[in-house]
Parts: sequence; C-alpha cells; structure tokens
Amino acid sequence: MNVGGLLAEFLATTVGTIRDLLPIAAILLGFQFLVIREPPPHLRRIVIGFLYVLIGLSLFLLGLEKALFPLGRVMAEQLTAPAFIAGPGAVAGMLGWEDYGWVYLFAFAVGFSTTIAEPSLIAVAIKANEVSGGAIGIWGLRLAVALGVAVGITLGTFRIIVGAPIHWFIITGYVVVVVQTFFAPRLIVPLAYDSGGVTTSTVTVPLVAALGLGLAETVPGRSPLLDGFGLIAFASLFPMMTVMAYAQLSELRARRRDRLPEEVN
Amino acid sequence: MRDNLLAFLKITLGSLRDLAPVVLLVLVFQLLVLGQPLPNALELGLGLAFVVLGLTFFIFGLELGLFPIGESMAYAFARKGSVLWLLLFAFALGFGTTIAEPALIAVAGEAAAIAADGRMIEDSERAMARYALGLRLTVAVSVGIAIIIGVLRILRGWPIHLMIAGGYVLVVCMTAIAPKEIIGIAYDSGGVTTSTITVPLVTALGVGLASAIRGRNPMIDGFGLIAFASLTPMIFVMGYGMLYA
Repeated sequence: MNVGGLLAEFLATTVGTIRDLLPIAAILLGFQFLVIREPPPHLRRIVIGFLYVLIGLSLFLLGLEKALFPLGRVMAEQLTAPAFIAGPGAVAGMLGWEDYGWVYLFAFAVGFSTTIAEPSLIAVAIKANEVSGGAIGIWGLRLAVALGVAVGITLGTFRIIVGAPIHWFIITGYVVVVVQTFFAPRLIVPLAYDSGGVTTSTVTVPLVAALGLGLAETVPGRSPLLDGFGLIAFASLFPMMTVMAYAQLSELRARRRDRLPEEVN
Repeated sequence: MRDNLLAFLKITLGSLRDLAPVVLLVLVFQLLVLGQPLPNALELGLGLAFVVLGLTFFIFGLELGLFPIGESMAYAFARKGSVLWLLLFAFALGFGTTIAEPALIAVAGEAAAIAADGRMIEDSERAMARYALGLRLTVAVSVGIAIIIGVLRILRGWPIHLMIAGGYVLVVCMTAIAPKEIIGIAYDSGGVTTSTITVPLVTALGVGLASAIRGRNPMIDGFGLIAFASLTPMIFVMGYGMLYA
C-alpha cells in the first residue's frame, strides 16, 4: 500500500462527498441570501463546521471501505455458505431454518454494532438529549435503536431463509407500532417514529445488504434481487417499537421510584 | 484553543467507544468462528484509524455547522412569517438532498433491472435508464412533499400518530393492489432516502421551528420530519409501479 494511492483514494472520496453536500449547500445559501436576505449569525463558524463535516465523512467512508466493508462482505459470504453451516459436502437444499444459528447471531451482532457507530443516529440522540433537558439519555436512545435494528435484521434473515412474503411481516409490525403508540408516553412518539428512518445510512446499509445478498444467493429458490433487499425495511421498523418500549420502561421505573417513598411514610 | 483541543480529544475517545462493538464483532467472527487469520492487518488498522478520526470530525462539525444553520434558518423563517417560502424551502431541502443520494441511485438501478427481467418494461438500456430516472424523481418528489407535510404539521400542531397510522393504512392498501416486483423496492426506498447530512439538518430545522413558534413543544412537535420522509416514498413508489404496469 503506498501513500500516493491512498491520497488519491482520499481525494476521490472527498469529491464524492462534495457532490453529496453541494445541492444542500446550494439550497441553504440560496434561501439564506435570496429569501431571508441576511447572513446567518456566526457565518465563519458554520463554514468551518461544514468543512469538518466534509473531512469527517470522507475519512469515515474511506476507512470503512478500507477496513470494515471488505471483511464484512467476505464474512457474510462465508457464513452463509452451506459447507460452513453443515460441514463439507453439504448441499443447501438439505438445510432447515434451524441450521443457520451462526447466521442469526451474526445478523444480530451486525445490526447492533453498526447502529452504535451510525453518525446520523448520534446526531439525533444529541439533539433529543438537548431538547428533552436530559430526560432522554444519549446512550439509552442509541442502545434502544441498536437493539431494534438487531432484532429486525435477525428476523429479516429468518424471512429470507424460510422464504415468507415480506409484506406480512411489515404489516404485522405496523399494527404493533400503532397499538403501542396509544400506550407509550406522548413525548417519545415523534422521536420513535424518526428513529426508524435514521438507522439506515452509511454504516448499516452496505454490510446488511451484503448479508442479505449472500443469503439469497446460497439458499435455493431465493432471488438475490427480490429477497436480498428488504432487510433495510426490517431495520427501519423495529427501532420504533424498541424506542417506545424504552420510554415505557423509563416511565414505569420513574413511577415506581416516586411511589416507594410514599409507601415508606 | 485549549478548550477546543480538549473537546476534540473527548469526542475522539467517544468515537473509539462507538466503534469498539464493530471491531469486536469482526475479530470474534473472523478468528474464533470462521477460524481465519486477519488479512492485511496494517491496512485494517489504518482504515480503522480513519474511521475514528472521520467520526470525530463529523461530530465536531455537526455542532459547529449543521445544527446551528438548521436552527438559525428555522428562526429566520419564523420571524419572516411567510408560510409559502418556508414550504418552498422544505420542498427544496427534501427534493434536493434525495435526488443526488447515492444509495437511491443504486436501488433505482436494481429496480430497473428487476423490471426489465419481469418484462414490465422493454429490456433495453434506454428503457431501463428512463425507468430508473423516473423512480428517482418519484422518490425525491415524495420526500419533498413529506417535509412539506411535516412542516405544516409543526405549524398547525396536528397529532403525528394519526397521520402516520393513516399513512400505514394507505401503504397496506396499496400493497394489496401494487405489482409484486415493486413492493420490496418500495419498502426499502423509505429507508434509503435519509442520508447522514440530511438527518441532522432536518432534525435541527424541525426542532428550531417548534421552538420558535409559541405553543409548540420541541419534543412533541419538533421531531417527526424524518418519519414522514421514510413513509411517503413507499406510497409514491408503489403508485409509480402501478402506473407503469
């Protein structure tokens, strides 16, 4: 590995990030100066902040591409190969859904660990902590969302292996979310709905897609195109439930704590 | 200067902790479960250092640039009092950040290949490119409309759960009549639309608006914009599939 090659790759990633950032910057600038017609306060700091975001995202993406993604993809392929699952000479057609234990464990661990590292979730957690005056913990929210993604992706891999139609799972999930909404504390509901969408960006999508495609290619009768995708949908559904459950649990604990001293008196 | 350095170091430590689970997962599965050595340990270490540094810079820039601009624009629009401009801004933000989204471009390409396979469209480069572009425009317009709906909700104080539940009912009804090939793509397109730059910006905008308008609670009314942005693409993409069929 030479330094020049690395630098060239970093530049290429930076150009890609600039291309993503450009339309956003143009819209912000356009409205700021043509419609609002005054510069925002601390313009210099904001520009520096944008530069940091640009450098940060480029380094982040390059590092992922260098270190984690290739390894993750190879691991997903190896774990789903029939020879690994049931010993050499095994044919995929002989395997039942219960033979895929390592795949489920891997799916759970990938969902959990990549969500903890997801930058946009960190952003939302920081904001929620600030707005709620500390009532919603940064780590509480992130762990709840990560658990949701982990469960969602595990269930999604199970669906690919048994080949059940995706919409039954998703529709059932919606029903649970809607029912849970009526019992969850009112303050958490919008944040819970949001956390479904924020989980799936830079880190999670590439690794999860690799897992789904690997599975769909080795399990007989699955189409990589139709079944390989769809894991993302699972990953955005379950965090809504776990975040609401997190708020319900905190409320329960707070209520119990409030009640105890009264009983002692 | 020293404070900045201290803050930077603190965030770096946080980034290390954030990445620890992924690194642990890769090591355990690679060495213990699969029983294979680590390829290119040097490149791996360097890549991880990049990821830690990148995450640190990103979070530093978030608090310095993305959050403040989102909030200051929300306040400026609230002061200006022009709903029309605000809604136009909302649409531009949703549409502009989605149309160039790399994940969406990838999914649209896959979707065109599936459609050509299933003989929904002609199996030619041009037909597929047209289908993919149409899909991208559909998703981008739907995200623009989602942010408009979300901003209107903040202004008027409509209850979010009824709107989201209504959206789900619509998704379920359309699933029953939409062509089978489009369903998986439609469900996934909800998740891929919200990128790492869009999420902090839109969150700051929502929270800023809810704080600027009297009678709104930033916790209840400020969040929820992302939720609409992940819901409407499903409805619009299924509609697109139905029009094409």
